[in-house]
Amino acid sequence: MGKITGVLMFILAIGSVLLFMGQKLIFGSVLWWFPVGISEHAAAIDAQFGRTLVVVGIAFTAAQVALGYAVMKFGRKGDARAVYTHGSNKLEVTWTVITGIVFVVLAILGQRVWANLHLNAAAAGAARIEVVAQQFQWNFHYHGADGLFGKTEPRFIDDSALNFVGLDPADTAGRDDAQLTTLVIPVGRPVELTLKSKDVIHSFFVPALRFKQDTLPGMAIKVHFTVKEGEEGKYEIPCAELCGSLHYNMKSNMLAIPADEYDRLVASSEEKFKEQLGELMQRYQYK
Amino acid sequence: MADIVHPPVHGEVHRHPAPTGFIRKYVFSTDHKVIGIQYWSLALFSVFVGMALSLLMRLQLGWPGQEFGFLKTLFPHAAENGTISGELYLSLLTMHGTVMVFFVLTTAPQGGFGNYFLPIQIGAADMAFPVLNMLSFWITFVALVVLMLAFCTNFFVDDPNMINVIGPIGGWTGYAPLSALGDKAGPGQGLGVILWITSIALFCVASLLGALNFITTMLNMRAPGMSLMRLPLTCWAWFTTAVLALLSFPVLLAAGILLLLDHLAGTSFFIPGGEYVSGKLITEHSGGSPILWQHLFWFFGHPEVYIAILPGMGLTSHVLSTFARKPVFGYRAMVYAIFAIGLLGFFVWGHHMFISGMSPYSAIAFSLVTLTIGVPSAIKTFNWLGTLWGGQIRFTTPMLFAIGFVSLFVSGGITGLFLGQTSIDIPLHDTYFVVGHFHLIMGVAAIFGMFAGTYFWFPKMFGKMMNEGLGKIHFLITFIGVNGIFIPFHVMGMAGAPRRYASHAGLEYAKSVMPMNRVISWIAFVTIAGQLIFLVNLIWSWAKGRKASDNPWEATSLEWTIPSPPPHDNFFGIEPTVHRGPYEYGVPGASKDYLMQTEAGPSEVHGD
Repeated sequence: MGKITGVLMFILAIGSVLLFMGQKLIFGSVLWWFPVGISEHAAAIDAQFGRTLVVVGIAFTAAQVALGYAVMKFGRKGDARAVYTHGSNKLEVTWTVITGIVFVVLAILGQRVWANLHLNAAAAGAARIEVVAQQFQWNFHYHGADGLFGKTEPRFIDDSALNFVGLDPADTAGRDDAQLTTLVIPVGRPVELTLKSKDVIHSFFVPALRFKQDTLPGMAIKVHFTVKEGEEGKYEIPCAELCGSLHYNMKSNMLAIPADEYDRLVASSEEKFKEQLGELMQRYQYK
Repeated sequence: MADIVHPPVHGEVHRHPAPTGFIRKYVFSTDHKVIGIQYWSLALFSVFVGMALSLLMRLQLGWPGQEFGFLKTLFPHAAENGTISGELYLSLLTMHGTVMVFFVLTTAPQGGFGNYFLPIQIGAADMAFPVLNMLSFWITFVALVVLMLAFCTNFFVDDPNMINVIGPIGGWTGYAPLSALGDKAGPGQGLGVILWITSIALFCVASLLGALNFITTMLNMRAPGMSLMRLPLTCWAWFTTAVLALLSFPVLLAAGILLLLDHLAGTSFFIPGGEYVSGKLITEHSGGSPILWQHLFWFFGHPEVYIAILPGMGLTSHVLSTFARKPVFGYRAMVYAIFAIGLLGFFVWGHHMFISGMSPYSAIAFSLVTLTIGVPSAIKTFNWLGTLWGGQIRFTTPMLFAIGFVSLFVSGGITGLFLGQTSIDIPLHDTYFVVGHFHLIMGVAAIFGMFAGTYFWFPKMFGKMMNEGLGKIHFLITFIGVNGIFIPFHVMGMAGAPRRYASHAGLEYAKSVMPMNRVISWIAFVTIAGQLIFLVNLIWSWAKGRKASDNPWEATSLEWTIPSPPPHDNFFGIEPTVHRGPYEYGVPGASKDYLMQTEAGPSEVHGD
């Protein structure tokens, strides 16, 4: 039984390493990995993931192999006695200090991207869009030609009249605003989103951006990111926080388009915006 | 260090006669052993319920939308056309999580084995407060009944407008305001949530009473000579678990009461103003915080992870030492590591909330503490390897499950190094990566601890040996199965598959997870079927198993000095005297390769 168990540990170690680092070797291509990354943050997060994967991979393999080796090697041999020891303080101190240093260094390295994303404001001139989540739909509120968002209030919300975000009809700044269920953003320019929710907690998740942020009722959370030049395309926005029965169906698309086209689109009327959206959805395919 | 070694108290015999009536003996018993078996049986029932629920979920995930005839019979309303709807899937998931976390992971290791063996391992005749102990169990029992009622609200609410589901749909974490808004927010969120949170509140009360009992018992009722550093590591684990429970369950209880008030008394603890739900503006609530629930819940929820796993860690140390025939490597380091995990466990709850909207600065602090908690966990792993190293390992079934525990603890724990980092958590949060991580560590590693405990102590509890052949087959199937299920979860999560999705079919970027889901479902079916071997082994051994001797494993702690099963008052009314540490295996010069804790004689030096 010791041999079998030991072999199982070896298989576990090898199998896991192959699954995480050698899919190409087995399947000819990488089947399960992060989706395309289209922002600098995405690249930085992937790099930190890679560094951690190396540390974890080594520690995991070493532990499983050591366990497998121990159960193979130290099986009962007749009536022989085991080595009688109560431990070694020197060893305890050594492995405590080493793991302590490795773990804390990882933790500190892991803060860099986080700090860039969350502790800085969006650069001036960022494209601003308000995101309003609801069961089970994403609404995106664009400011229109005037660059000003119309006032919104919950009492003006009327889903049946398609006023999903609750635009105040009396506010002139809102006359040219557009409400869509697709997110359109420019590439190569910072984007600042204000995330809100009408009902329960949802989570704005764009796998291609490696970005996720919960949206909460009663709170407006500002986030920002920049899609790299040349990454024009169509990307998905699934909801990542359980929000009710159709949670798994709550999905929208993010269209990343050239900045000048974005400017023209936002400045146009809501009808025109919607019209062109159809064409854009055709133009870009999922990557 | 010299110890005060009391002489055996000859003549001072305080026998406690066992009650004779059936009810006082087996139902409302105050005997910690009966209560232990009651807790253990309740967990056994619950684990099969929880597993059945996961089987249904695996059907949906592997074959989304497919019709299964038997579902129509099982859920005439919720699955009227034989397919699992979005809300049915979520209520299966909510019930699976709640049943498993509370009534299995929190119940069997502590309430079950802890109740049965803590008093015996410290040399006491019972727990400090036997009546309180009985009360703890029966409140837990009522909590389970109430949870089962939440499961079938559709059977007693006859409202044609209400979509029939089998319980709340908000997940075991029950995030507000989804859980606070009632039926408006989704089917099952009204009465379902009220019953669900009542069940959890009752469970909190029961756990609190239990925790008080454990702490008092271990501190006050140790036999002469049982100094703190001679306690088996199982006792240290149960003790620390009880302290965690004592400090964390009240917070969940408070959160539960606030949630109930939001439902029943019209308060707004968790509901902000200006909510627009199901086409209507909500005017009767305002001023609540949607994030408050998460703070309260996770302040409990993270220590809860350790409540589930610490007893398994204690037991693993105990079993590894017993069957490697070697003292535990670094006993003191193991005790301090348990303390460190327990203490740090209270300062990491925010790592569940990096993306919740709380301050990004506090996320950084929580992240640093979270990675620090990996250090005592690593110390435990190193010491387990150290215990095996140079041993004369006997590969009994409990030993195999303890070895499996170490492996799973490594696999499940190490991915915490990804999730504990704020930046890496952003893409992985709420994906299958997290599901894989916590299932490996707090799910199956803890369950391996329970299996090890069952195979190890069954002879003592029931006086019969379990079948070793069936046990080994059970181990192989389960160990291969759980790895086959939960390790692929991690790459699915990297590919971006969100958790709590009734189907991933709608996601273009995650198309590759669909075939993976089906393969995992097949592995899950085999693994679940393998658990029937365990069930058969239990029943068969209980009825027809070979009679167990007092000490079939040649182990050293006090439970092995008394008959299997033990008499009502454990030690026949004579307090045992302890002369040495709990893991004296392979002592040079001793006549046999183990020295019981009660054996006087030379070499009383170690484990002082």
